[in-house]
Amino acid sequence: MAEFLGTGAGMALIMAVQGLMVIAFVMISLLFLVYADRKVWAAVQMRRGPNVVGPFGLLQTVADALKFVVKEVVIPAGVDRPVFFLAPLLSFVLAVLAWAVIPFNERWVLSDLNVAILFVFAVASLEVYGVIMGGWASNSKYAFLGSLRSAAQMISYEVSLGLIIIGVIITTGSMNFGAIVAAQDTAYGLFGWYWLPHLPMVVLFFISALAETNRPPFDLPEAESELVAGFMVEYSSTPYLLFMAGEYIAIFLMCALMTLIFFGGWLSPIPGLPDGAFWMVAKMAVMFFMFAMVKAIVPRYRYDQLMRIGWKVFLPLSLAWVVIVAFLAKFEVLGGFWARFAVGA
Amino acid sequence: MGVAEYAFYAFAITVVTAGLLVVVSRNPVHSVLWLILAFLSTAGLFVLLAAEFVAMLLIIVYVGAIAVLFLFVVMMLDVDFAGLKAGMAPYVPIAGLIGVVLLMQLGLAYGAWTTAEGAPALRQAVMPDLDEVHNTKALGLLLYDQYFYLFQIAGLILLVAMIGAIVLTLRQREGVKRQDVLAQMSRDPAKAMELKDVKPGQGL
Repeated sequence: MAEFLGTGAGMALIMAVQGLMVIAFVMISLLFLVYADRKVWAAVQMRRGPNVVGPFGLLQTVADALKFVVKEVVIPAGVDRPVFFLAPLLSFVLAVLAWAVIPFNERWVLSDLNVAILFVFAVASLEVYGVIMGGWASNSKYAFLGSLRSAAQMISYEVSLGLIIIGVIITTGSMNFGAIVAAQDTAYGLFGWYWLPHLPMVVLFFISALAETNRPPFDLPEAESELVAGFMVEYSSTPYLLFMAGEYIAIFLMCALMTLIFFGGWLSPIPGLPDGAFWMVAKMAVMFFMFAMVKAIVPRYRYDQLMRIGWKVFLPLSLAWVVIVAFLAKFEVLGGFWARFAVGA
Repeated sequence: MGVAEYAFYAFAITVVTAGLLVVVSRNPVHSVLWLILAFLSTAGLFVLLAAEFVAMLLIIVYVGAIAVLFLFVVMMLDVDFAGLKAGMAPYVPIAGLIGVVLLMQLGLAYGAWTTAEGAPALRQAVMPDLDEVHNTKALGLLLYDQYFYLFQIAGLILLVAMIGAIVLTLRQREGVKRQDVLAQMSRDPAKAMELKDVKPGQGL
């Protein structure tokens, strides 16, 4: 057995199994994330939320997914068929693809790229194609308008996300997630994590992540009051399910990113307790809770306001922060608080 | 053949096929989508060359931003491309001829290409040792240390181009209502609306 695993086919098998494990983790968490999202939303509005299917309604998402799959796929007249079906597929596959470089514990990662953070960013920048293609191929003006809005929004907020990430890269001197988390492992416990040195940017990153993943209060692509449901309006059944799942997986990915680059990944916040994958998942869950709360509490932005804060507030702020961090790192202010290049150079 | 060779041929064939389809596909939006596939496969080729930083930048900048703008423009254009292409047949021989001439010129140029004796060594001399630093850092050292002025000049040229484009398209039109965000935010809610207690059956 061990001999077989050493050969090319064996390696391929191991990689396939590891990949399946990550996908299984993502899909299972997806089921409960949607449930948690709805429960939080309901709790804020003093409703009970899903509570019928399974104990406490835990299996509601399973029932919903099943329902989507068995429904008929309605194809509107005049759609561009290949592109129409490629769009949901693309948005789902890309959302899952980025998980290939997300580590859950020290060296628990499918592919330990040295440009991992750029890879995630590249995949995230491709996700806009699912939206544009879906909106265009639907041959409907609402869908098209929704997709144009969404594409403009996603591109705008990618810029500030990228600049914030550059600040983290400057501090670490590496683009590998393992090195980024290792650099946060200081003697100060949770005060050594990057949320403190990069404090203003944590807030900006969170808001940009909301806009990037089209979550409320920035869910203008959907804006059901004016555009019915944006680029997904013509989709039904499984293609719609894929869009929906892709969106939630992208949100969860943003939670993982925030955990890794600002909140110490798998490092334990309590001195004495061992580090481990448990902390990683727990922190991701907390991040998702924040996403869910924002959805429940904050009213939707107006589109021009959204673009305005993206380009006129976030971009200059994050650009200025890159300059400041470069200065702080170069001159090792506060005993190298911003300069931790020793790790993984 | 190892995995790398298979991957190379897969990417190379995809690039060429996608490039061909960019030219021949009837729908301009499909053309742009094929172009994006070509970009992605090129990024794959860069990864095979162990230039993963360049590969990721190619995806982020070209595919993630520039191609999206392409797609925007093409989707908005109301041009009858099928009609334009229908009249193409008479020009095909001339186009072919020009293509052949260009190909031969390129062939001549590259066939007679010689390198000065010391040139590769000179180029190697500024390269950081790739066994010690990974290629992202090597690129950074070259761009920001070795060739800093050239890099800055390239940036300035791009800035000038950008300002030029903005100057060409920016015009202030009279009589257009604009959103003044500051004025909107500094409005006093108490002055903006009034609550009236309306008696039933009487109205205001």
